[in-house]
Amino acid sequence: MKKAIITVVGKDTVGIIAKVCTYLANNRINILDISQTIVQGYFNMMMIADMDSSLKPFGEVVSELEQIGEEIGVLVKCQREDIFDKMHRI
Amino acid sequence: MINLFEVNETNKMIEKENLDVRTITLGINLMDCIDSDLKSLREKIYGKITKAGKHLVSTGKDIEKEYGIPIVNKRISVTPISLVGGDACKNSEDFVTLAETLDEAAKKVGVHFIGGYSALVSKGMTKAEKDFICSIPKALSVTDRVCSSLNLGSTKTGINMDGVRLMGDILLETAKASKEKDSIGCAKLVVFCNAPDDNPFMAGAFHGLSEADQVIHVGVSGPGVVKNALEKVRGENFEVLCETIKRTAFKVTRVGQLVAKEASKRLGIPFGIIDLSLAPTPAVGDSVAEILCEMGLEYAGAPGTTAALAILNDQVKKGGVMASSYVGGLSGAFIPVSEDQGMMKAVEAGALTLEKLEAMTCVCSVGLDMIAIPGDTKASTISGIIADEMAIGMINQKTTAVRIIPVIGKGVGDSVEFGGLLGTAPIMPVNTFSCADFVNRGGRIPAPIHSFKN
Repeated sequence: MKKAIITVVGKDTVGIIAKVCTYLANNRINILDISQTIVQGYFNMMMIADMDSSLKPFGEVVSELEQIGEEIGVLVKCQREDIFDKMHRI
Repeated sequence: MINLFEVNETNKMIEKENLDVRTITLGINLMDCIDSDLKSLREKIYGKITKAGKHLVSTGKDIEKEYGIPIVNKRISVTPISLVGGDACKNSEDFVTLAETLDEAAKKVGVHFIGGYSALVSKGMTKAEKDFICSIPKALSVTDRVCSSLNLGSTKTGINMDGVRLMGDILLETAKASKEKDSIGCAKLVVFCNAPDDNPFMAGAFHGLSEADQVIHVGVSGPGVVKNALEKVRGENFEVLCETIKRTAFKVTRVGQLVAKEASKRLGIPFGIIDLSLAPTPAVGDSVAEILCEMGLEYAGAPGTTAALAILNDQVKKGGVMASSYVGGLSGAFIPVSEDQGMMKAVEAGALTLEKLEAMTCVCSVGLDMIAIPGDTKASTISGIIADEMAIGMINQKTTAVRIIPVIGKGVGDSVEFGGLLGTAPIMPVNTFSCADFVNRGGRIPAPIHSFKN
């Protein structure tokens, strides 16, 4: 399974998760796990998503999520899971 | 499963501590391009490089985007041109045309630099190699992306002192040929002892004869990450210090390994090596000297610097080796002056001298790097500096190098701005006592004995 890690960091506001999730649903990207915290008004979320049935190539999803982030005023990153896996697991 | 803390740690390294993959370098063998006709040789070289390197830059960019890790440079290294062009080139001018071909090919595929305008003359020189060496000043002034390197000595062969003497003049000529741009030509020229075949870093990258037809090498970096990790263990003992560097180097190198394997898979070109290097840039927080300061020195160059650097270099290797399946290249901490904020500050404060830098090269990779010296330095003095550095490499069985820039028209007290990744450098004073009679003896220094280590 090709997995992506999506992180959202920024000032908390209404509808952040909704917007990101709607985009993922529309592109047939399944969310496997979500964890989220708010520290001093700052929103910090991480999702693990399954990219296998994604309608769009990975690079395009990265750009479009970035775009959505800009619209809401938060930083949205989408990266392949391997970079974290390789760095933190032997 | 990966957790939020781990994800944030990785992304903090990338966003705040300048973690990046410094270079993906594609090595290309040009031996099958050899031809006695110069025109057809140029066509073959251009054809092979542009075909092999066609997807290098776009693949690098895709990986950058999908993994969220910057890949700063995409480069190509080729078989030493003195060998490839030996048959076709009748004089230095002919070799210059090959440099132009390399430059055109590099621009076509969009790589930042192409290395391999090189000669391996650690024992002796053929006529073609001599012509080649004499072509370097012009070749570097008429091209933008070509980098040149020479291997002037090795532990097995000794040091080619005729080559060392010649290079004193060639360096000055290269400096003069680019004097309008603060002698920047010399930033693209490096001389080695024990040059590795698989170095991905410029200016010294070339595709060695022991390599396969095409191969992908990756150079990692991350001085900022190491410095940041060390901030958290201030005042702790050496065991804690060393463990921290090792763990950090492991993490940094794993990213390099991932990128290398991915690039190799996507390009269909075998993976060669990871170069475990701490390569600084002029950016704030991307400095090797700052790591040395974090270890407890007021400035790089203070007493204790050589020991601190030895620790750093060794721990980076220990951590990195386990993170990668193949390690090679220069692997170690780089100590360029102009490309490292902390080094520049140390020179300006009077803490760091050329002699101390020479001592530091005994325990780290690679050598005297990006050091600006007065433009009126004598050729024989430059040869003497090179000979000293080559001797360190030869005796200690390690790679050493010299990339110094005699800045024409400037002297001690001035500084030069090279721009971009090459940074800014104060001109450093050079010992002016003569070594001309020594350098001018000619011939070569015999290979050293490998026993009675003292």
